[in-house]
Amino acid sequence: LTINSEFKESSGTLPARTTLRNLLRARFTVVWFFLIAATLVSWRLGSAHGISNHELATVTILVIAFIKVRFVGMDFMELRGAPRALRLAFEMYCLIVGSALVIIYVIGPMTPN
Amino acid sequence: VHDSAQSLNDRRVAVRHTPGEIGMWIFILGDMTMFAVCFILFLIYRSRNVAVFNESATRLNSIFGVINTLLLLTSSIGVVVGVRAIRRRVNIIASGCFVGAFLCGLGFCLLKSLEYSDKIHHGITPGANDFWMYFYLLTGLHLFHLVMGLGGLSYLFMKSRQPFLTVRQFAFVEGVGCFWHMVDLLWIVLFPLLYFVR
Repeated sequence: LTINSEFKESSGTLPARTTLRNLLRARFTVVWFFLIAATLVSWRLGSAHGISNHELATVTILVIAFIKVRFVGMDFMELRGAPRALRLAFEMYCLIVGSALVIIYVIGPMTPN
Repeated sequence: VHDSAQSLNDRRVAVRHTPGEIGMWIFILGDMTMFAVCFILFLIYRSRNVAVFNESATRLNSIFGVINTLLLLTSSIGVVVGVRAIRRRVNIIASGCFVGAFLCGLGFCLLKSLEYSDKIHHGITPGANDFWMYFYLLTGLHLFHLVMGLGGLSYLFMKSRQPFLTVRQFAFVEGVGCFWHMVDLLWIVLFPLLYFVR
């Protein structure tokens, strides 16, 4: 069974010519710019030595990280349009693991060993 | 006109389409869970010895981590475009994207080895303290996945040279692409956790 993947998807309408430019003209390109910007913001936050509130900076950086992870899943892994169970599993992962890390970071040092 | 027709097609494909095979997703989510346990253990150990972890983390050079993040993000968009290009049968673009993604991955390995050798040169080995034990363990485990991913990218490159793919082969191409994105997203968490948590 050999099926041209293009035919599998497009019910007969083949694009005339696909260039890199029109491949890039999509939501994921915007997401990529956002991810780059978020990385630089986190870097700035994380290496601001004179910052008065380390806890706030760390929590912000962790939250940004999990927002980034969700975007990688939704737009790079194409989970936005995936079956609901798969998408939900991924989003729950981001929510649960992200919250767990923030909670352990905040309350961990206060608890006795 | 063509663009809108194309995006309509993309949207139609995107409707409840599983990227890759379900087996690959069990593997990916399982791996992500294993890493999540390690992330949690890292913070639990940290909370028992905050001073040592904070002092150790200041000895990391965050420029390595930032450049590596940018490299992986760029390789990831390369894989996204490559898979889309295979869908549209523009194999030249697909091959180029996978080569670019592979080179970014190699760049990551190169920087990582520079970082390791710099640390070891300064006498910082996994046995130094709990922080460094976790540092080497987590980054090493991630690097192992990245090297597997590089093998996957070579596979994608070979498939992009093939004029036709079976439905099954294309599903595998998508799955391998998702595996590479997983390598990227694990680093997105690992980097701030090791370098910036104070």
